[in-house]
Amino acid sequence: MKILSEHPATNLKRSSKTIAVILRRATPSAWFGAAIIFLYVLVAIFASHIAPYGETEVVSSVPYGPWTQQTFLGTDQLGRDVFSRLIFGARNTIGISLAATMITFVVGVSLGITAAVLGGSVDMVVSRIVDAIMALPQLVVILVMLSVVGSSVFNLIILIGIAGATNVFRLARSVSLNVTVMDYVEDARMRGESLVWIVFREVLPNILPTLVAEFGMRFCFVVLTISALSFLGLGIQPPTADWGAMVRESATLISYGDVTPLLPAAAIAVLAIGVNFVVDWFLHCASGLRDDH
Amino acid sequence: MHAILTTIFERLAMAVLTLLIVSVLIFSSVALLPGDFAKAVLGQSATPATVIAFEQQIGLDRPATERYFDWLAGAVRGDFGNSFASRPGAERRVVDIIGPRLRNTLTLAGLTAAIAIPLAISLGLLAALWRNSWYDRIINAATLTTISVPEFFVAYVLILLLAVKFPVFRSLSTVRPNMGMVETVENLALPVLTLTLVIIAHMMRMTRAAIIGVLGSPYVEMAKLKGVSPLKIVLRHALPNALAPIASVVAFNLAYLIVGAVIIEVVFVYPGIGQALVDAVRTRDVPVVQACALLFALTYIFLNLIADLIAIGTNPRLMHPR
Amino acid sequence: MIIDPKAQEVLLNIIDLQIEAEADDGWHPIVNGLSLTLRRGEVLGLIGESGAGKSTIGLASMGFTRPGCRIAGGQVIFNGSDLLKLPKRQLRSFRGTRIAYVAQSAAMAFNPARRILDQTVETAVNDMARPRKEANANALDLFRELQLPDVEQLAHRYPHQVSGGQLQRAMTAMAMSCRPELIIFDEPTTALDVTTQVEVLAAIRKVVAEHNTAAIYITHDLAVVSQMADRVMVLRHGKEVEQAPTREMLSSPRDAYTKSLWSVRQMHKPAEPRQDVVLEIRNIDATYGRGAIKVLDNVSVSVPRGRTLAIVGESGSGKSTLARVVTGLLGPSAGNILFNGVALPPVLKSRTSEQLRQIQLVYQSADTALNPRQRVRDLVGRRLELYFGMAGREKERRVGELLDMVELGSRYVDRFPGELSGGQKQRISLARALAAKPELMICDEITSALDQIVQGEILKLLTRLQRATNVTYMFITHDIATVKTISDEVVVMNRGKVVQQGPKDSVLSPPYPDYTERLLRSVPEIDPDWLNRLLAARQ
Repeated sequence: MKILSEHPATNLKRSSKTIAVILRRATPSAWFGAAIIFLYVLVAIFASHIAPYGETEVVSSVPYGPWTQQTFLGTDQLGRDVFSRLIFGARNTIGISLAATMITFVVGVSLGITAAVLGGSVDMVVSRIVDAIMALPQLVVILVMLSVVGSSVFNLIILIGIAGATNVFRLARSVSLNVTVMDYVEDARMRGESLVWIVFREVLPNILPTLVAEFGMRFCFVVLTISALSFLGLGIQPPTADWGAMVRESATLISYGDVTPLLPAAAIAVLAIGVNFVVDWFLHCASGLRDDH
Repeated sequence: MHAILTTIFERLAMAVLTLLIVSVLIFSSVALLPGDFAKAVLGQSATPATVIAFEQQIGLDRPATERYFDWLAGAVRGDFGNSFASRPGAERRVVDIIGPRLRNTLTLAGLTAAIAIPLAISLGLLAALWRNSWYDRIINAATLTTISVPEFFVAYVLILLLAVKFPVFRSLSTVRPNMGMVETVENLALPVLTLTLVIIAHMMRMTRAAIIGVLGSPYVEMAKLKGVSPLKIVLRHALPNALAPIASVVAFNLAYLIVGAVIIEVVFVYPGIGQALVDAVRTRDVPVVQACALLFALTYIFLNLIADLIAIGTNPRLMHPR
Repeated sequence: MIIDPKAQEVLLNIIDLQIEAEADDGWHPIVNGLSLTLRRGEVLGLIGESGAGKSTIGLASMGFTRPGCRIAGGQVIFNGSDLLKLPKRQLRSFRGTRIAYVAQSAAMAFNPARRILDQTVETAVNDMARPRKEANANALDLFRELQLPDVEQLAHRYPHQVSGGQLQRAMTAMAMSCRPELIIFDEPTTALDVTTQVEVLAAIRKVVAEHNTAAIYITHDLAVVSQMADRVMVLRHGKEVEQAPTREMLSSPRDAYTKSLWSVRQMHKPAEPRQDVVLEIRNIDATYGRGAIKVLDNVSVSVPRGRTLAIVGESGSGKSTLARVVTGLLGPSAGNILFNGVALPPVLKSRTSEQLRQIQLVYQSADTALNPRQRVRDLVGRRLELYFGMAGREKERRVGELLDMVELGSRYVDRFPGELSGGQKQRISLARALAAKPELMICDEITSALDQIVQGEILKLLTRLQRATNVTYMFITHDIATVKTISDEVVVMNRGKVVQQGPKDSVLSPPYPDYTERLLRSVPEIDPDWLNRLLAARQ
């Protein structure tokens, strides 16, 4: 058995981390990612103040117009300003994705931790059901459900939210299982603590780092899923501005060498890259893997 | 030996059970269809008589359980019934619609897998071997970027660069039944390239992570203390113990190639099964949706079963119990 | 073992070694200017508490540091070459062939996915280019020398199929396979049962002597080091405290710290007779795996109030399982338990809050027993809230009192467990249990994961607490010395059965039942000839 050291200094990885220490270890890519996220969030919140034109406002009679001073990035197939629609797309996409991710997490995390804590037959039954749902790839599940209920914003948020909850359930359950074997959880049971206490006060605080990282990754995935659905025509319906739909609408321009379709696609890409850089750095920090020989 | 056979059998039974549960889910989700979907299929101006005839045709007048077992029995035989797009006199069987599409998707998936999987694992091994070097950092940033961007972005950029600006490949991938090998490869070059880029990043990162995870084990430290060279440590000590998570991620990506490549199929207008599903969803063509969903589930479950079996096979505690 | 140290040449010369470890706020020194000399065939014992740097120094003797550590200065001269200045490839060629390492846990040091023989000959085949057949035969010979049973069969097994003691000897064979000049033994028997330890110690000593290998033997156990080493060096905070030939060190230690290490084993508490009974365990059977494995077989124990009952046994004896049955975590398949004369519901769920309060369990490893995301105030105070409905200032005051009782003080109230040392964490565990004002405290190996000096302090604290509160202890342990120190009555368990129980003095003096005798004889004593005598007696 391992003998505990009497000197806290040699229990290196266990000291509590302060903000200052975390900031000192941030890498350039993490700063880059954080800056991107910050920028996007600003744009999303202040969309109506920043965009020169309205979301569905037709500003030109020329479809697919050139890049001018009034219309920075040209116009789309109905003569609307592409730049403004990109900005409103930020608000719509980020808003919807955030809502769906939060549903995913609330449902997935509480079920996951509870299954790990209760164990036994409850855990087995819930896990089997989740395994069955996960036997279908997420996109397919969403497509099938969409064919049934239709593509409204509300439906999209709920469907994508629930579909993602299965992955988060698995993750929350698996990291919780590492915690539930600890003696302090057994101690809580021996005190007679309620299930709610054990899940939220004993287990949850110890798995937060993993969950935070997963939140970031899930958010990215949701953004990509919504864009993919809109690209296929099954996601956010016109005239609401959405990056995926904008790519679809201008797709044919690519064959003429026009980069317009790449603009909304790039908007998605940059946001996802930013979030992933931050999450990657966070995971690197939390795992504490150092240079070795 | 006996214990492993039991485990394998258990896993197989679980897989079949899961498939059955999934089939019920697929079937019943469609049973939730809102009432006037008949009109959505036939058109708003359909007469009541046509609607009733249609509903009779697709059997909505029979109880759900009977319909389910009929469907399941047919599915096992390979007969998924008729598409909703069929009309009396112009029947279109689901199998005829999906069959060729499935073949196309499998061709695309097969070509991509043959290139991407060996490449991803080798690159991942190298990244683990040379961790924290410049090579590793660049690869890390590059793969992080690739998995972050939407697939249509990669697809359109490649089209722009390799089909429009520098016409090397074709931007539309048509496939005819009697095409020769060379022509097929030429036509499919861009979609294969796109898909390769998309899945290589994921598999490479997971391979690297799995091996580095194992490199933190005490027996790897012991190997270092025995003076084993870094290459041998990665190949003979780390890799055997990392096979399970690597198999898992390969299975996941294989499934993606068959199931999730729908975006690529749409961009390159490639007649694959993903596109078939999307079209069917749009036209509410229920039998096709059900058939596609069931096939996808089968693929996914089967691939996960293989990954699971590899995990069992590489675990000596399970293979050689005390 | 050698006769005239001066006649042999110097094999290893460490000069002014400095090693640093990385923490969040920079690099801290953990080894501070250490020097040592080792001659061919000589065995040096490195002894000290955890955190003293023994493992780090042992690894540095091979030119190796763990991630998070770096060598900041000094020289490690092995047979004329400074290992710290060699190019990597050459250093690698030394390892395994000329200097070998035996780790603490063989189970963790062997690759679970490869067979034992394969790993044992790996270095010989790769680095010394011996043909495989020869290397295999050689390895099997070594296995036989180390007294492993069925060597042909064992060699083709996987690590998990073999017991801990056998695996440890296999690791020693692996280290010896290239006939190295120096082997570093890093606490090789710490994780083993006392009765298994004897075999491994004998095997190691024999093989090292026969091949005239030099060795550094690292341990925290004085009795063990006195069997194995020619010379002993005491370490503290990465520095040398004292160094002397073994017999001299044992008979006349000079430094106060060294003497304090010795004194722990001399504590004795006179046993007090019992008054009444607080807990009566009657004919308990318990099983795991749906009745497949019986872990407790007709166990009956009576626990005297206000006294300390020690339950002693090796791993697999069922002592911890008994604790789980008493606390209600595991339901017995037969038998019952009376607490204060009243039948105790077998399972946790059916017990009242009052019953839960009166029996408290303290765990072995405070690392896993305290929630790392809760502060001391909440850890200690929760039972006050739950059982006594305390809140606010009243709770704060009581938490302070409890911390005083365990000799810590209220300035620790805001700390997280990660900021405390092993002994401090264990005191918090005790304070937490005391908060419930229990009648019975079950201590499950609570000192086994602590350094020897800290063990002594905790045992003294326990005795003081008992005198103040008249609490009853069920003290579970595998360590006979602890039993002698703290208990009034003793229960000896083996393979789920009670072998013997009674007042301490009668259990620990002859005549003994067979198992008790074997157990007591296997405990190493601080006497260099103990192992020799034991082995001689066996013949």
